[in-house]
Formats: sequence, C-alpha cells, structure tokens
Amino acid sequence: MAEISWLRAVGGGVLIGAAATALLLFNGRIAGISGIMGGLLPPRVDEGGWRWLFLGGLVLGGAFLVLVQPSAIGAPVRPLALSAASGLFVGFGTAISNGCTSGHGVCGLSRRSWRSLVATCTFIATGAVTVYVVEQLIPGSSP
Amino acid sequence: MSRLSAFLCGFVFALGLGISGMTQPARVIGFLDVAGAWDATLLYVMGGAVVFGNLAFPRVIARRRPVLSAAFALPVRSSIDAGLVIGAGLFGIGWGLSGYCPGPAMVSLAAGSSSVMAFVACMTLGIFLGRRVLDRF
Repeated sequence: MAEISWLRAVGGGVLIGAAATALLLFNGRIAGISGIMGGLLPPRVDEGGWRWLFLGGLVLGGAFLVLVQPSAIGAPVRPLALSAASGLFVGFGTAISNGCTSGHGVCGLSRRSWRSLVATCTFIATGAVTVYVVEQLIPGSSP
Repeated sequence: MSRLSAFLCGFVFALGLGISGMTQPARVIGFLDVAGAWDATLLYVMGGAVVFGNLAFPRVIARRRPVLSAAFALPVRSSIDAGLVIGAGLFGIGWGLSGYCPGPAMVSLAAGSSSVMAFVACMTLGIFLGRRVLDRF
C-alpha cells in the first residue's frame, strides 16, 4: 500500500467537508450516509428524491474513481462472511445512534454537537478494540 | 435544481473519500490498529473535514434558509442517552471487523467486490432493523 501524503489526506478531507457544507447550504440537509439511507426505508420513508440522487452521486463518484485511478478503491481486507457480519453491526449501530462517520464524525463535530463527540469517541474506541481482538484471534489478518 | 445539487454533493463527497485513502479498508484498519503499525491518515482526513466544517457550518446555519429548499433539517436530539452510546459502540465493532463504514462502502460498490456488496446489503438490513428497534423506545 503506497503512502498517502498528509497533504493529500487533508485535501481529501477538505473536499469531504466542502461537499457536506454544500449539501447543508443548498439542500439544508446533513450529509450523513446512514441517515440518508435510513430515510429511504420503511416504516418512515421521507422525501426520497434527493436521497437517491446523493447516494447515486456517491456510487457514480466511485465509478469515476475506478476509471481514472483504480488503486483508489482498495481491496477488502477481511473474508466475505466477516464483511457481511460487519455490515449488520454497522447498519444496526448507526441506526440506533443516529449517525455514522459522516453524520457524527464530520457533520456533527462541525455543528459542535456533544452527542456527536461522544458517538465519535465511542466508535473509534470499540473499533480499535475490535481490530485488536480480531488480530489476536486471526494473527496476521490486519494489514 | 435541489436534486442536481444533491447528486453533485454525493459525487464530490465520493471523490474526497477516494483521494484521501478512506476507500482503502486496509488504511482504516491501520488507523484502528493502535497496537500494530498505526496509520495516521484518517486523522488528517477527519482533521481537514472537521476544521473546514467548523468554519463553514455556523455561517451556513446562521442563514434564514437553505438556497434551494424551504428550511434546514437539523438533528433535534441533544441528550447523551444509552441508545447513542450502545449504537455507536456496535457501529465501531462493525467498522473494525471490515474497515468499512457506510460512505466508503457505497463508493467502493463500483469496483465490483462481492464482499462490499454483501456489506452494503447487510448494512441496509441492519439500518432497517435498527430503526424498528428505535421506534419502540
């Protein structure tokens, strides 16, 4: 895995912050991916149009990256069964806590929300413990 | 217009995730791997996004209304409750298992990996179930 310069990481981060700011400025919406997906699911379906288009932009942005810089999309690290279990935890957890890395970590911290600060510290902590435990159970599984 | 804006925001958001290395699960796991070869990239990415957001968000929210819609739709909850901490805790466990969170997983779909597709399908089911549970409280 090639090194990513800190300048490129910060620049990409600013782009993420700018996209989130633009969605708030133009659409009045928080760019939280799990929340945007949740609004499309029963029992409470809420204003679908902009949600589908934002998610479509994410997926097509990914397709654009595959075309111009395929190495930007890294290969999965863990086996399929673990990825599937991971998805269940991520979906369930973000629904219960009303946000993920984008909703709490980027937008919430930008709104200076205490809830988002607590959520962000919590998911980084349990994420770190999980990586440690998986590495103990399956040595060499972490890159 | 508001739909075009939503699409472009999603597109630029995806480019930001891709450029900064967040669509490489190995790098995300490297950030969480504090006992191993720690990778600081995610900290720089979040720093860039949050510093920009802290400068921009208060100015945007101070406006009477968004440019293309009638009103801001902002979160109303403010209490630190059990659901927040338990949910964020479970989310972190899932994040550590694969190195994917919702945004990077959606962006990675186009690369056609079956693991990413399985992640997104199970995540969608998880969000559905989580919202049902949340409705009971």
